[in-house]
Amino acid sequence: MKIVFTASADTIQAPLDGRFGRAPKFLVYDLEDDTFEMASNQESLDAAQGAGIHSAEVVARTGAKALVTGHCGPKAFRALAAAGIKVFSTDAPTVADALQRYRAGDLTEIASADVEGHRA
Amino acid sequence: MILAVASGKGGTGKTTVSVNLARALGREIQLLDCDVEEPNAHLFLHGKPLGSEPVTVPIPLVDESLCDGCGECGMFCQYHAIVCLGAKPLLFAEMCHGCGGCALVCPKQAIGETERRIGVVETLRAQNVTLVQGRLDVGVATAPPLIRAVKARIRAGAPAILDAPPGTSCPVVATIKGSDFVALVTEPTAFGLHDLRLAVETVRETAIPFGVIVNRMGVGDRRVHDYCRGLGIPILLEIPDDRRIAETYSMGHLVVDVLPEYGSLFRGLWDEITQRVERPA
Repeated sequence: MKIVFTASADTIQAPLDGRFGRAPKFLVYDLEDDTFEMASNQESLDAAQGAGIHSAEVVARTGAKALVTGHCGPKAFRALAAAGIKVFSTDAPTVADALQRYRAGDLTEIASADVEGHRA
Repeated sequence: MILAVASGKGGTGKTTVSVNLARALGREIQLLDCDVEEPNAHLFLHGKPLGSEPVTVPIPLVDESLCDGCGECGMFCQYHAIVCLGAKPLLFAEMCHGCGGCALVCPKQAIGETERRIGVVETLRAQNVTLVQGRLDVGVATAPPLIRAVKARIRAGAPAILDAPPGTSCPVVATIKGSDFVALVTEPTAFGLHDLRLAVETVRETAIPFGVIVNRMGVGDRRVHDYCRGLGIPILLEIPDDRRIAETYSMGHLVVDVLPEYGSLFRGLWDEITQRVERPA
């Protein structure tokens, strides 16, 4: 299974980005063979509106079934739910730390958006 | 004639100018309050309500029995209003700009149209002034469709004054488009000048003739005058920094009703503007 982490750099040691909709990159980790690849979220950074929805589309295209991030807004959450992607919220400082917590079963799945959206 | 009263900086006196100009002219006139997020002209023009109509925008309606989840609609949409993440499209109605593109590109003709209410247009009559105002529903993020609905009420046969929202963004452009002249209200201070520059840039993009009204003369300095002179921008009117004006409007009264000597100031402004429209330099 593939799992996505919001990241601001290109390695496992990258800081985990606290925001989903405006995260610069996604680290797509393959739990089966312990490899990963990066997906850019630049289009969402440039978007005037709908960044959360666009980010959800990017994540859905990676084929991942789970997302680990800091916070997720209402439109993003609705889009992720429609795509069947589980969302986990954490304050882990790095992707590596978050991955470890995920494997240990220490992460909580969130059932709805945990922050307000910023604009339309 | 259609006159738009706009500004860069908020709070410079657009509504003060609009309502007092409308009353001072003393003839049949239409005033359109295009600040649909916060209409305030009605606070000064106490009108008899003539009608209220809801305004809607079109949004897609997907017939799921015809939809095969191909995703063409989501790929087309520039606003992330319709997205395909699961088997069927997901609609974010508040993001939709009503372009109708998704319905056009759908290979199965599965997308029809329905209406989403965004606000109301209200008409009131206050002596010589027909006041038309838009009131955006709480939570709606896009003002321009409602502003266009307000402007659609302009009738030929009487001049129209458009009281614009502050700033230079989409609602302001939607308001000033199609008008014959734009009066930019500012104050003679650093803040006034900073935002006036942005407003001038914006109005220049529309190629509509414009001029500047300097309100609260005496409160700052000459920088706005120097700027206007340097660019050949006409200063149409200077309103003094008269505390009685502030006292008057703070009570919801019209300046020209309480201080009739200001009537000639506003009538002079109208003459100045109509001359510029009829005989462009």
